Amino acid sequence: MAEIVFYFFAVAAVLGGVMCVLQRSPVASAMWLMSTMFSLAAIFVLLNAQLIGILQILVYVGAILVIFLFVVMLLNLGTAAKDLRGPSSIAAAVAISGLLVIELIALWRYTPARLAAEIAQAPEAARVMFPGGALAEQAAATQGVVGAVAGPMFQQYLVPFEITSILLLAALVGAVVLAKRRI
Amino acid sequence: MPEAPFLGPSLALSAILFTIGVAGVLLRRNAIVLFMCIELMLNAVNLAFIAFGQLHGVSGQIMVFFVMTVAAAEAAVGLAIILAIFRHRQTVDLQNINLLRG
Repeated sequence: MAEIVFYFFAVAAVLGGVMCVLQRSPVASAMWLMSTMFSLAAIFVLLNAQLIGILQILVYVGAILVIFLFVVMLLNLGTAAKDLRGPSSIAAAVAISGLLVIELIALWRYTPARLAAEIAQAPEAARVMFPGGALAEQAAATQGVVGAVAGPMFQQYLVPFEITSILLLAALVGAVVLAKRRI
Repeated sequence: MPEAPFLGPSLALSAILFTIGVAGVLLRRNAIVLFMCIELMLNAVNLAFIAFGQLHGVSGQIMVFFVMTVAAAEAAVGLAIILAIFRHRQTVDLQNINLLRG
Protein backbone atom coordinates (compact mmCIF):
# COMPACT_ATOMS: atom_id res chain seq x y z
CA MET A 1 0.00 0.00 0.00
CA ALA A 2 2.71 2.47 1.00
CA GLU A 3 4.56 1.67 -2.23
CA ILE A 4 1.52 2.55 -4.33
CA VAL A 5 1.13 5.87 -2.52
CA PHE A 6 4.84 6.64 -2.81
CA TYR A 7 5.04 5.95 -6.52
CA PHE A 8 1.79 7.81 -7.20
CA PHE A 9 3.16 10.95 -5.59
CA ALA A 10 6.60 10.42 -7.14
CA VAL A 11 5.06 10.36 -10.62
CA ALA A 12 2.95 13.40 -9.75
CA ALA A 13 6.04 15.27 -8.54
CA VAL A 14 8.03 14.51 -11.69
CA LEU A 15 5.08 15.39 -13.92
CA GLY A 16 4.64 18.69 -12.08
CA GLY A 17 8.34 19.50 -12.43
CA VAL A 18 8.40 18.75 -16.16
CA MET A 19 5.25 20.75 -16.82
CA CYS A 20 6.63 23.63 -14.72
CA VAL A 21 9.63 23.81 -17.05
CA LEU A 22 7.63 23.39 -20.26
CA GLN A 23 4.66 25.69 -19.65
CA ARG A 24 4.85 29.05 -21.37
CA SER A 25 2.79 31.05 -18.94
CA PRO A 26 4.51 31.81 -15.61
CA VAL A 27 1.22 31.35 -13.76
CA ALA A 28 0.80 27.84 -15.20
CA SER A 29 4.42 27.08 -14.21
CA ALA A 30 3.69 28.21 -10.67
CA MET A 31 0.59 26.01 -10.50
CA TRP A 32 2.48 22.92 -11.68
CA LEU A 33 5.25 23.71 -9.19
CA MET A 34 2.57 23.81 -6.50
CA SER A 35 1.46 20.31 -7.47
CA THR A 36 5.08 19.15 -7.19
CA MET A 37 5.40 20.68 -3.74
CA PHE A 38 2.18 19.08 -2.51
CA SER A 39 3.36 15.69 -3.79
CA LEU A 40 6.70 16.16 -2.06
CA ALA A 41 4.89 17.03 1.17
CA ALA A 42 3.01 13.72 0.93
CA ILE A 43 6.30 11.88 0.33
CA PHE A 44 7.86 13.62 3.36
CA VAL A 45 5.00 12.29 5.50
CA LEU A 46 5.63 8.79 4.13
CA LEU A 47 9.30 9.17 5.07
CA ASN A 48 8.42 9.88 8.74
CA ALA A 49 8.97 13.64 8.47
CA GLN A 50 5.44 14.77 9.28
CA LEU A 51 6.39 18.19 10.63
CA ILE A 52 8.48 18.99 7.55
CA GLY A 53 5.59 17.87 5.35
CA ILE A 54 3.30 20.42 6.98
CA LEU A 55 6.01 23.10 6.87
CA GLN A 56 6.51 22.36 3.18
CA ILE A 57 2.87 23.21 2.48
CA LEU A 58 2.83 26.23 4.80
CA VAL A 59 6.15 27.78 3.77
CA TYR A 60 6.61 26.76 0.15
CA VAL A 61 3.05 26.76 -1.10
CA GLY A 62 1.62 29.24 1.35
CA ALA A 63 4.43 31.80 1.31
CA ILE A 64 7.00 31.38 -1.44
CA LEU A 65 4.67 30.46 -4.30
CA VAL A 66 2.28 33.22 -3.30
CA ILE A 67 5.16 35.72 -3.57
CA PHE A 68 5.89 34.33 -7.04
CA LEU A 69 2.27 34.76 -8.07
CA PHE A 70 2.21 38.30 -6.64
CA VAL A 71 5.27 39.25 -8.69
CA VAL A 72 3.81 37.70 -11.85
CA MET A 73 0.65 39.68 -11.23
CA LEU A 74 2.57 42.92 -10.53
CA LEU A 75 4.63 42.60 -13.70
CA ASN A 76 1.58 41.61 -15.78
CA LEU A 77 3.70 39.46 -18.10
CA GLY A 78 1.14 37.26 -19.83
CA THR A 79 2.34 34.47 -22.09
CA ALA A 80 5.64 35.01 -23.83
CA ALA A 81 5.67 34.11 -27.52
CA LYS A 82 9.10 32.47 -27.39
CA ASP A 83 10.31 31.53 -23.98
CA LEU A 84 12.76 28.69 -24.54
CA ARG A 85 16.33 29.44 -25.52
CA GLY A 86 17.79 28.69 -28.96
CA PRO A 87 18.52 25.18 -30.35
CA SER A 88 22.20 25.20 -29.39
CA SER A 89 21.29 26.09 -25.80
CA ILE A 90 18.64 23.35 -25.76
CA ALA A 91 21.19 20.77 -26.94
CA ALA A 92 23.66 21.90 -24.28
CA ALA A 93 20.98 21.81 -21.59
CA VAL A 94 19.86 18.29 -22.57
CA ALA A 95 23.47 17.05 -22.58
CA ILE A 96 24.27 18.59 -19.19
CA SER A 97 21.02 17.33 -17.65
CA GLY A 98 21.56 13.83 -19.07
CA LEU A 99 25.04 13.61 -17.58
CA LEU A 100 23.78 14.92 -14.26
CA VAL A 101 20.86 12.51 -14.01
CA ILE A 102 23.10 9.52 -14.82
CA GLU A 103 25.53 10.64 -12.15
CA LEU A 104 22.81 11.17 -9.55
CA ILE A 105 20.83 8.01 -10.35
CA ALA A 106 23.90 6.07 -9.21
CA LEU A 107 22.75 7.01 -5.70
CA TRP A 108 20.00 4.43 -6.15
CA ARG A 109 22.62 1.80 -5.41
CA TYR A 110 23.10 3.31 -1.95
CA THR A 111 21.97 0.82 0.68
CA PRO A 112 21.35 1.29 4.42
CA ALA A 113 24.14 -1.18 5.20
CA ARG A 114 26.67 0.83 3.21
CA LEU A 115 25.56 4.06 4.88
CA ALA A 116 25.86 2.51 8.34
CA ALA A 117 29.37 1.30 7.50
CA GLU A 118 30.37 4.76 6.28
CA ILE A 119 29.03 6.43 9.42
CA ALA A 120 30.92 3.95 11.57
CA GLN A 121 34.15 4.78 9.74
CA ALA A 122 33.56 8.53 9.70
CA PRO A 123 36.16 10.67 11.49
CA GLU A 124 35.21 12.08 14.86
CA ALA A 125 34.86 15.62 13.46
CA ALA A 126 32.08 14.57 11.09
CA ARG A 127 30.19 12.95 13.91
CA VAL A 128 30.43 16.11 16.00
CA MET A 129 29.14 18.17 13.08
CA PHE A 130 26.16 15.90 12.48
CA PRO A 131 25.21 14.49 15.87
CA GLY A 132 23.23 11.34 15.33
CA GLY A 133 20.03 11.51 17.29
CA ALA A 134 17.63 8.65 17.58
CA LEU A 135 16.23 7.50 14.25
CA ALA A 136 13.47 9.73 12.98
CA GLU A 137 10.73 7.16 13.48
CA GLN A 138 11.81 6.17 16.99
CA ALA A 139 12.35 9.79 18.03
CA ALA A 140 8.85 10.69 16.86
CA ALA A 141 7.41 7.71 18.72
CA THR A 142 9.00 8.69 22.05
CA GLN A 143 9.02 12.51 21.87
CA GLY A 144 6.20 13.30 19.50
CA VAL A 145 6.45 14.55 15.94
CA VAL A 146 7.28 18.15 16.86
CA GLY A 147 9.35 17.38 19.94
CA ALA A 148 11.68 15.07 18.00
CA VAL A 149 12.67 17.96 15.73
CA ALA A 150 12.49 20.71 18.35
CA GLY A 151 14.80 18.97 20.83
CA PRO A 152 17.97 18.87 18.68
CA MET A 153 17.11 22.19 17.04
CA PHE A 154 17.27 24.08 20.33
CA GLN A 155 20.22 22.11 21.68
CA GLN A 156 22.84 21.12 19.09
CA TYR A 157 21.60 23.51 16.42
CA LEU A 158 20.81 26.54 18.60
CA VAL A 159 23.48 28.83 17.11
CA PRO A 160 22.54 28.13 13.45
CA PHE A 161 18.92 28.68 14.43
CA GLU A 162 19.72 32.12 15.83
CA ILE A 163 21.83 32.98 12.79
CA THR A 164 18.79 32.13 10.68
CA SER A 165 16.87 34.98 12.31
CA ILE A 166 19.63 37.42 11.33
CA LEU A 167 19.49 36.07 7.77
CA LEU A 168 15.74 36.61 7.64
CA LEU A 169 16.09 40.15 8.98
CA ALA A 170 18.74 40.95 6.36
CA ALA A 171 16.55 39.49 3.60
CA LEU A 172 13.57 41.50 4.84
CA VAL A 173 15.47 44.79 4.83
CA GLY A 174 17.16 43.96 1.53
CA ALA A 175 13.89 43.13 -0.21
CA VAL A 176 12.27 46.36 0.98
CA VAL A 177 15.28 48.45 -0.09
CA LEU A 178 15.45 46.79 -3.52
CA ALA A 179 11.75 46.93 -4.30
CA LYS A 180 11.11 50.46 -3.09
CA ARG A 181 11.29 53.19 -5.70
CA ARG A 182 12.70 55.86 -3.42
CA ILE A 183 14.01 55.33 0.08
CA MET B 1 20.10 -2.39 11.06
CA PRO B 2 17.72 0.57 10.82
CA GLU B 3 14.85 0.33 8.40
CA ALA B 4 14.60 2.78 5.52
CA PRO B 5 11.84 1.62 3.21
CA PHE B 6 12.09 4.20 0.43
CA LEU B 7 15.75 5.23 0.57
CA GLY B 8 16.73 4.24 -2.98
CA PRO B 9 13.56 5.40 -4.74
CA SER B 10 13.59 8.67 -2.76
CA LEU B 11 17.15 9.41 -3.81
CA ALA B 12 16.31 8.59 -7.43
CA LEU B 13 13.28 10.89 -7.30
CA SER B 14 15.45 13.58 -5.75
CA ALA B 15 17.99 13.16 -8.57
CA ILE B 16 15.31 13.39 -11.26
CA LEU B 17 13.70 16.49 -9.72
CA PHE B 18 17.08 18.20 -9.31
CA THR B 19 17.90 17.49 -12.94
CA ILE B 20 14.54 18.88 -14.09
CA GLY B 21 15.37 22.02 -12.12
CA VAL B 22 18.81 22.30 -13.76
CA ALA B 23 17.27 21.77 -17.20
CA GLY B 24 14.72 24.48 -16.46
CA VAL B 25 17.41 26.95 -15.42
CA LEU B 26 19.32 26.22 -18.62
CA LEU B 27 16.28 26.26 -20.91
CA ARG B 28 13.98 29.05 -19.79
CA ARG B 29 14.42 32.73 -20.56
CA ASN B 30 11.89 34.08 -18.09
CA ALA B 31 13.65 35.14 -14.89
CA ILE B 32 10.65 34.28 -12.69
CA VAL B 33 10.37 30.73 -14.04
CA LEU B 34 14.12 30.41 -13.55
CA PHE B 35 13.59 31.21 -9.88
CA MET B 36 10.84 28.58 -9.69
CA CYS B 37 13.31 26.02 -11.07
CA ILE B 38 15.79 26.98 -8.35
CA GLU B 39 13.06 26.31 -5.78
CA LEU B 40 12.51 22.93 -7.45
CA MET B 41 16.21 22.11 -7.02
CA LEU B 42 16.10 23.12 -3.36
CA ASN B 43 13.08 20.86 -2.89
CA ALA B 44 14.93 17.94 -4.46
CA VAL B 45 17.78 18.44 -2.01
CA ASN B 46 15.28 18.56 0.85
CA LEU B 47 13.95 15.19 -0.26
CA ALA B 48 17.46 13.71 -0.17
CA PHE B 49 18.01 15.14 3.34
CA ILE B 50 14.78 13.58 4.58
CA ALA B 51 15.50 10.23 2.94
CA PHE B 52 18.86 10.05 4.71
CA GLY B 53 17.28 11.40 7.88
CA GLN B 54 15.30 8.15 8.09
CA LEU B 55 18.56 6.40 8.81
CA HIS B 56 20.52 9.05 10.61
CA GLY B 57 17.99 10.72 12.88
CA VAL B 58 16.22 14.07 12.79
CA SER B 59 19.35 16.09 11.88
CA GLY B 60 18.29 15.80 8.25
CA GLN B 61 14.91 17.33 9.02
CA ILE B 62 16.59 20.23 10.82
CA MET B 63 18.76 20.84 7.77
CA VAL B 64 15.58 20.94 5.68
CA PHE B 65 14.25 23.59 8.05
CA PHE B 66 17.33 25.74 7.40
CA VAL B 67 17.12 25.14 3.65
CA MET B 68 13.51 26.33 3.70
CA THR B 69 14.52 29.49 5.55
CA VAL B 70 17.25 30.23 3.03
CA ALA B 71 14.82 29.52 0.18
CA ALA B 72 12.30 31.98 1.59
CA ALA B 73 14.97 34.68 2.01
CA GLU B 74 16.34 33.98 -1.46
CA ALA B 75 12.89 34.18 -3.07
CA ALA B 76 12.12 37.49 -1.36
CA VAL B 77 15.41 39.16 -2.32
CA GLY B 78 15.53 37.62 -5.79
CA LEU B 79 12.02 38.68 -6.69
CA ALA B 80 12.74 42.18 -5.40
CA ILE B 81 15.75 42.28 -7.75
CA ILE B 82 13.55 41.09 -10.63
CA LEU B 83 11.05 43.84 -9.82
CA ALA B 84 13.83 46.43 -9.84
CA ILE B 85 15.17 45.14 -13.17
CA PHE B 86 11.67 45.14 -14.68
CA ARG B 87 11.15 48.74 -13.59
CA HIS B 88 14.41 49.66 -15.28
CA ARG B 89 14.24 47.60 -18.50
CA GLN B 90 10.54 46.68 -18.89
CA THR B 91 11.45 43.01 -19.39
CA VAL B 92 12.32 39.90 -17.42
CA ASP B 93 13.64 38.06 -20.48
CA LEU B 94 17.18 37.03 -19.65
CA GLN B 95 18.26 37.32 -23.30
CA ASN B 96 17.64 41.06 -23.10
CA ILE B 97 19.47 41.56 -19.81
CA ASN B 98 22.99 41.50 -21.21
CA LEU B 99 24.72 44.52 -19.74
CA LEU B 100 27.54 42.39 -18.34
CA ARG B 101 27.98 40.32 -21.51
CA GLY B 102 31.35 40.97 -23.16
